[in-house]
Amino acid sequence: MNAAVTPFVESMQAAAAPLQLPGSGPAWLDDARRTALQAFVERGLPDTRNELWKYTSLRALGQRRHTAGNPDAARREVPLDLLPATSAGAMRIVFVNGAFRADLSALDALPGGVTLQPLSLALLEQPEPLRFLLGAYTNEDDGFTLLNRALAADGVVLRIAAGVRVADPIHVVYIGLASGSMAAWHLRSLVELGAGASVNLVEHHVGQPDAGHLANLVHDVTLRDHARLGWTVVQTAGAEANLVRRSDCRLGDDAELDFHALELGGKLARHELRVDLTGARARFTSRGAFVLHGRQHADTEVLVTHRGRDSVSDSLWRGVADGRARGVMHGRILVLQGADGADGGFYNKNLLLSSDAEIDTRPALEIYADEVKANHGATVGQLDDTMLFYLRSRGIPLDIARRMLVRAFCTVAMEGIAPAPLREHCDTLLSSQLPEVAA
Amino acid sequence: MLKIENLHARIAGKEILKGLSLEVNPGEVHAIMGPNGAGKSTLGNVLAGRPGYEVTAGSVSYDGRDLLTLEPEVRAAAGVFLAFQYPVEIPGVNNTYFLRAALNAQRKARGEEELDSMQFLKLVRGKVKDMGMPPDLLNRAVNEGFSGGEKKRNEVFQMALLEPRLAVLDETDSGLDIDALKQVADGVNALRSPDRAFVVITHYQRLLDYIVPDFVHVLSAGRIVESGDATLARELEAHGYAWVREQAHAEAQA
Repeated sequence: MNAAVTPFVESMQAAAAPLQLPGSGPAWLDDARRTALQAFVERGLPDTRNELWKYTSLRALGQRRHTAGNPDAARREVPLDLLPATSAGAMRIVFVNGAFRADLSALDALPGGVTLQPLSLALLEQPEPLRFLLGAYTNEDDGFTLLNRALAADGVVLRIAAGVRVADPIHVVYIGLASGSMAAWHLRSLVELGAGASVNLVEHHVGQPDAGHLANLVHDVTLRDHARLGWTVVQTAGAEANLVRRSDCRLGDDAELDFHALELGGKLARHELRVDLTGARARFTSRGAFVLHGRQHADTEVLVTHRGRDSVSDSLWRGVADGRARGVMHGRILVLQGADGADGGFYNKNLLLSSDAEIDTRPALEIYADEVKANHGATVGQLDDTMLFYLRSRGIPLDIARRMLVRAFCTVAMEGIAPAPLREHCDTLLSSQLPEVAA
Repeated sequence: MLKIENLHARIAGKEILKGLSLEVNPGEVHAIMGPNGAGKSTLGNVLAGRPGYEVTAGSVSYDGRDLLTLEPEVRAAAGVFLAFQYPVEIPGVNNTYFLRAALNAQRKARGEEELDSMQFLKLVRGKVKDMGMPPDLLNRAVNEGFSGGEKKRNEVFQMALLEPRLAVLDETDSGLDIDALKQVADGVNALRSPDRAFVVITHYQRLLDYIVPDFVHVLSAGRIVESGDATLARELEAHGYAWVREQAHAEAQA
């Protein structure tokens, strides 16, 4: 299939040119990038015929030329109030418009067994361990992933050595600043926890309200046997930001991934979270909520593959949309042959606060194993009139009553966010969004 | 305080109240009795301003204001309280947060100073103790996981905290065992005062042994067909509602 070469594709080809100069990286990487770019140009951006992009049209984005990153990003001054308060004094790695910022990061006091560095540095120092990851692409790649393979020049490398349990959370902060043009950047991150290792990772997306850009982020997450990753995404990107994220996670025997997401910002906020429960008794828990207003569009795809015996997945998501916002939630549980005793659950409830808002939710189960427990459920509804009247009958004004109920609706998705200050931070962010959505 | 004149109301196109009139003065306790479907709960809901009830004729004035034009929260701030027949569970909304939001919203609407969290906790803990409510009540979500009896007691507890001037109790006695019934009655009796009035809606006379009303009204087919003092409730208990319907029928024929 040869997709039409859109202005978007053209601009990405132009962006790739300087990266392909000899000596820009290891030869295998140049090759891989060239191949990926070629594949991207042939394939183009995903369209709505792609089942995973059914409700998220990229037609408008495809017609826009994007510049390659933002040339000043490495030096630009960043308003300090953009940096999340919860990351102050913590281990932190910061990117501004796609560029690593040593001046804003805190990487000096890493505990033993912890590697946290920008991908650009890892490629300079020790490219060989990254070869397997960056060197090949698969049929599971879509246009964005291919583009990321072709163009990602940086990202996060986080490695925790076997048996190391990191007590304090590690923060990754992506900041979007207004740059005067539509900039695109591509970051590729690698998270690898050795056997029995454990860490909490907090990913923040923040930005100026008028910062129009496309951030294309790909995460590769590997949890070896008995490893545990707590991963919380707090997304309050600017109103013009387009975030396209894809995370591929593999869990070994008895490994545990505890994922939380609060999606509040952005114009287009997509996350395709793929979790492969490879090992026996591997366990994946996800909780998340999006709360949208105006013309925001959020699309979360949670795609779980049970491969290991007695593996467990448990996902519980909430969606709220007001104005002309559009929410998309897709939860798929695939239980492969041999994953006997697997237990998978996906539950999604949604609230529509306006007649122009829309939420599409699709739970799906595919089971090819025996003795499996699998459940799913999805609803879309409105605020409960009886509850509203009960609150008002006690003197609580309608707007406050609506906010209380929306907040309560989302609360279940925020249970388990740790540590407590981060949970409170999320609660505050949610509450501050509510006057916009439940006026 | 409350003057209802010739009230007609309907829900989902069906007329339920058909010319109800009632006057309640401060300090009085009025019991409204009547068979199922007579319109008892409709009366409570119309007074509290529940959406979906359409008043087609008549008037309700409260302290000289046209009650029917006021939003439910404005009625609450003005001192109107409805103890729900079916209290609503609100998962995810913590009781303490809910009660403080309610009390402070009312205080703010009345131009009174709002209570800070310390002042509020002191007040609410005192009420929990006075009412014999379970101490973990304040940490739980509103009515979530409460038994039927607990929910009804929680309504009276909220009433004690919010100190309304006109309290409408909609079948607060239904589904209660005798101990819970006494607790509910004690809660109401403790609040009786010369400037506060109660409208107690009930199907059975039993509650009125503990909350002795000044007036008893019998509601039948959307109208008050009989009024009297507390002895009327006992007559009803002895003869049943059919007796009232026959009397009303006989009067209409005379």
